[in-house]
Amino acid sequence: MSEATDDLVIEVKGLVAHYGKRKILDGIDFDVRANEIMVIMGGSGSGKSTLVRQLLSLDRPSSGTIHVLGKEIAKLGTVERGEFYKDIGVAFQSGALFSSMSVGENIMLPLTEHTKLDEQTQEIMMRMKLEVVDLAGFEDLMPAELSGGMTKRAALARAVVMDPKILFCDEPSAGLDPVVSAAIDDLLLRLRDALQMSIVVVTHELESAFKIADRITILDEGKVLMTGTVDEIKDSDNERIQNILHRRIEEETLDPDAYLERLTGIDVKAGAPL
Amino acid sequence: MAEPRPNIVIRQTEAIGRSVIESIETVGQWAALVGESLFWIFAGPRLNQPIRISIVVRQMMEIGVMALPIVALLSATIGVMLALQGIYTLKIFGAQSQVVLGITLSIVREFAPLITGILVAGRSGSALAARLATMQINQEVDALRVMGINPVRYLVVPSLLAMVIMVPALTFIADLIGLYAAGVYVTYDLGLSQAGYWAQVLSYSSNRDLWHGIGKSVIFAVLITLIAIVNGARVKGGAEGVGRATTRSVVQSISAIVITDMLFVYAVTS
Repeated sequence: MSEATDDLVIEVKGLVAHYGKRKILDGIDFDVRANEIMVIMGGSGSGKSTLVRQLLSLDRPSSGTIHVLGKEIAKLGTVERGEFYKDIGVAFQSGALFSSMSVGENIMLPLTEHTKLDEQTQEIMMRMKLEVVDLAGFEDLMPAELSGGMTKRAALARAVVMDPKILFCDEPSAGLDPVVSAAIDDLLLRLRDALQMSIVVVTHELESAFKIADRITILDEGKVLMTGTVDEIKDSDNERIQNILHRRIEEETLDPDAYLERLTGIDVKAGAPL
Repeated sequence: MAEPRPNIVIRQTEAIGRSVIESIETVGQWAALVGESLFWIFAGPRLNQPIRISIVVRQMMEIGVMALPIVALLSATIGVMLALQGIYTLKIFGAQSQVVLGITLSIVREFAPLITGILVAGRSGSALAARLATMQINQEVDALRVMGINPVRYLVVPSLLAMVIMVPALTFIADLIGLYAAGVYVTYDLGLSQAGYWAQVLSYSSNRDLWHGIGKSVIFAVLITLIAIVNGARVKGGAEGVGRATTRSVVQSISAIVITDMLFVYAVTS
């Protein structure tokens, strides 16, 4: 595990975000330190993916500030944002490999666009990254020819090809069998140690989170329930956290009138349409 | 408790209001896309983010060269059809010798740009909308953004440039093939020589007529691209959404082409 430092690479304060009229994130305070693996956990609809989209400046916040690598990302212009992304790597849940390009071309694309390296050097760098993710020799395959685990690893190779300072991984082990999932976890730990980067991982997988995380942030209904080390999270006496950790479903208190109104569209007390 | 549902009049009024706002938004998006495209064309090289010529050439092949057979076939068919119909109609007045005038102006000013625009909208506009919609759904557009690659520079500008170059080029080829095919029938039916036919074509047409058709085709090219891009980018849902975006793109492009054609003719000739 890396040592915690005060060098914050990501600092979020009072972040509020809406999707249409619905509030998804409600006053989030969050930070990530240099060279640490921060895992974001939470149930479906808790706001994990929205938080990551905000950190990547893919959506605009309603209020609050997000500083990434010392820059307030909401204030970046088109060109500055392009520069900012050179220090960021993202492995999307689906891989998001470009289907019209081979695996090798996908990985080389950031190099082609952002560097003046000749083609041969780009190819060497691409093969090096493929080695790192155990996909050596697969550069000529098309994304459609890859398995789920291979797609995730190819996406990781593309995400780290520019040696970013921060790597974001959205559900890196979702939908994979336990063996491949464990291999991806090991890969993330190796990448952090080899490339000295900070990694933000969104995951549902408890085992994976406990294995790789330096710290974990648990989101619930758009709010941060707790941030702490793996032990702190495990030892928490917060009932909701224990429910998430033990996958218990909370009992819902049912209001029979509201339930009937939802189903029928009739105001039960007045006996008239809503 | 849930809010009361508004009555039908309010709901319909809201729906009309939403449509109006959506239309205004669409025009705004078109303007923003054109503005941003021009920014990347001119400022891209200075920012070390030039437009990749190789991508433009690939798009030109797809939009222009691959469309040549169908454009040739349809423009030849239209040429022969105009010759047949023109001779049949003018024979009533004994004026069939004037058919070349009608054919020349109809093809160069109207049919070549129109048929090319409609074909490109159906063939390449739909493909562009489908590609962009699929990329949007598969998070490929987001992936481009977070790689620091502006999607307008990388996806929109090459398509726009390729369209603006290839649609007029295809229109010019459609002019030649349409006139040639019409000439084959006219010379057969009226006993004219090929040289005589082409001499009449050149005497009846001017540069102004040629540029009228080519100018329109440039506008059609921009419209097809913008409509495809906006529909592709606005996709919602999965595979069904891609289908809807593609269909909407084709229908809107063809409608826009026909309406713009009419407005253009009115503006230029009145």
